[in-house]
Amino acid sequence: MFTTSVIRGSPKLTRDLYVLISRSLFQKSSSMSSQKPKVYVTRRVPQDGLEILRPHCEITQWDSEKPVPRDELIRQVAGKDALFCLLTDKIDVDVLNAAGSQLKCIGTMSVGYDHIDMAECRARNIPVGFTPDVLTNATAELTVGLLLATSRRLMEASQSVRDGGWGTWDPCWMLGHGLDGSTVGIVGLGRIGVAVARRLAPFGVSRFLYSGHSPKDEAKEVGAELVDFDTLLGSSDFVLGCCALTKENQGLFNKETFSKMKSSAIFVNTSRGGLVNQQDLYDALVSNQIAAAGVDVTSPEPLPTDSPLLTLTNCVVLPHIGSATEKARGAMSALTGKNILSFLQGDKMPCQIK
Amino acid sequence: MSKPLVFVSRVPPPRGMGMIEEVCTVRAMREDRFIRREEMLEGVVGVEGIFCHPPDKVDKAVLDAAGKSLKSVSTMSVGLDHIDLTECKARGISVGYTPGVLTDATAETTVSLLLATSRRLKEAFSAVLDGGWGTWENGLYLCGKTLLESTVGIVGLGRIGFAVAKRLQPFGVQKFLYSGNTRKDWDSEINAEFVSFDRLLEESDFVVACCSMNKENVGLFNKKAFSKMKKSAIFINTSRGVLVNQEDLYDALKSGTILAAGLDVTSPEPLPRDHPLHTLKNCVITPHIGSATVHARNAMAELAARNLIAGLKGEALPSPVPQ
Repeated sequence: MFTTSVIRGSPKLTRDLYVLISRSLFQKSSSMSSQKPKVYVTRRVPQDGLEILRPHCEITQWDSEKPVPRDELIRQVAGKDALFCLLTDKIDVDVLNAAGSQLKCIGTMSVGYDHIDMAECRARNIPVGFTPDVLTNATAELTVGLLLATSRRLMEASQSVRDGGWGTWDPCWMLGHGLDGSTVGIVGLGRIGVAVARRLAPFGVSRFLYSGHSPKDEAKEVGAELVDFDTLLGSSDFVLGCCALTKENQGLFNKETFSKMKSSAIFVNTSRGGLVNQQDLYDALVSNQIAAAGVDVTSPEPLPTDSPLLTLTNCVVLPHIGSATEKARGAMSALTGKNILSFLQGDKMPCQIK
Repeated sequence: MSKPLVFVSRVPPPRGMGMIEEVCTVRAMREDRFIRREEMLEGVVGVEGIFCHPPDKVDKAVLDAAGKSLKSVSTMSVGLDHIDLTECKARGISVGYTPGVLTDATAETTVSLLLATSRRLKEAFSAVLDGGWGTWENGLYLCGKTLLESTVGIVGLGRIGFAVAKRLQPFGVQKFLYSGNTRKDWDSEINAEFVSFDRLLEESDFVVACCSMNKENVGLFNKKAFSKMKKSAIFINTSRGVLVNQEDLYDALKSGTILAAGLDVTSPEPLPRDHPLHTLKNCVITPHIGSATVHARNAMAELAARNLIAGLKGEALPSPVPQ
């Protein structure tokens, strides 16, 4: 590799020659077969990320609102240097094999990475970039919006406005559970969990509890107390799923879990659908074993319109809009573009999954 | 001494009703519906106390119907637009209301409504039910407006307005503005700037109406007001329906003069099912559930009962209306 120290102090003519040679060599080395690195983008995404990649890369894109079909993904990853994907794309052994050994890196436009076989990627030395932080505010905001829509029965209430339920007003009608004086239990006090807690604090929450593998420094900010999962379930008026989905916590919220919660408790999940056993959730709600649930994530997504969860007045389901603000989505796209380009150019990814 | 006769225009939660029945003879509208005007006029005849809540009007005609025996009026609300306060004062009738105990619940509803409107929850919820989820219309599917780095304008920084601002702070609001008749001492706690109504309209990304009603502010939010707001602005009203000219609001929403609105209060209530506002995707309406939590309603009922009873005894009310 060239180093400038070789040239330092040399006459100008030699320096110019160096610049000429090194520039043409960089162009060659940055595109193994005398062209730009090939990147496959698995969806129509905000332009921010594409604008970053376009000058330096050859982009192939599944330019649609809907997820790329699996066989198309397998076909298109072949021979690519990088993959720009979304959480709807399962990146497993088959996809990695189809890509071939020239696949250098992956960037997912999400903070969750349960859709990626990380063990395989590590084994193949393929770094994977993700998008923490830039979506934290939007997702925490939506989590609180969902919690309130559930606890204050907003969907039910606004439905009654249209269907004639509103009219037989009574001081005891459409009463919800207030946050004031409540205990909030956050399962997974990560970036999003802490941001949610911060937003809930001024509503008069009297106690924050959290569960997880280890104590978090950020807990001090909201005075959150680390407790074991069962204690959290038994003590909380609001139980929030904000953790990452792993092999270990698949179906964490099941029949047993719901049975340990208060009958007045409200469950909110904005992490991943896989955290919840949906049949058990349905049973817990229909029998009023817990008071209500609000979920932004389901299995599968989209949730079929005939899902029994959708027949319940005490269940609010949103179509995975946690990070759905222009600001957040644009930033997620840009960061994914940066993650990919940085690595292709020989630098560290700004945000690489460890 | 016999128990004083009171009229209850709608039965409050048991705790409050229990307190009243202990010391009074109660005549009450016990059905699960709004009281009709003629029933009100009939019910109050010869009573010493009236226990009511909005929208049950306690005006000159009702006071006349009650007669000279009437000493004490108590409303289970903080809103007072249904009571002729001037007439009550002139007749030496005490009037009690329930500020404070419903502040948390109402501020919470206001924020819920704001988030439901800004993050398009009504549309999102519909998409899940009707299969719209999965057949996305555009690349930024259901992307909403965020509070982060926004300017929030609160029209009326009273107890509820202040409580709303406190709850919005950690969402990353950049600036709070407020308008009203006078500056409030507590504005420094949230760094809110006192500005003219026009400036608030022009600069705010979220305009939140939390003021009480009076003759001067009926229809405050009209065509002119909406035209001064940003096209990207969201309007939230949890004060009273008559603050808003509803035709003008409909026009503003339909034409994109403002982005969206969330209303917990309308005129009338209930809003008729065929009202055009219901047809708008960018208008969220909830059925006046501002104070609708078990905790708040019980607290309101108790306080209103105590106000009623104190008035009957000629004692100082725990919570008399401002003079």
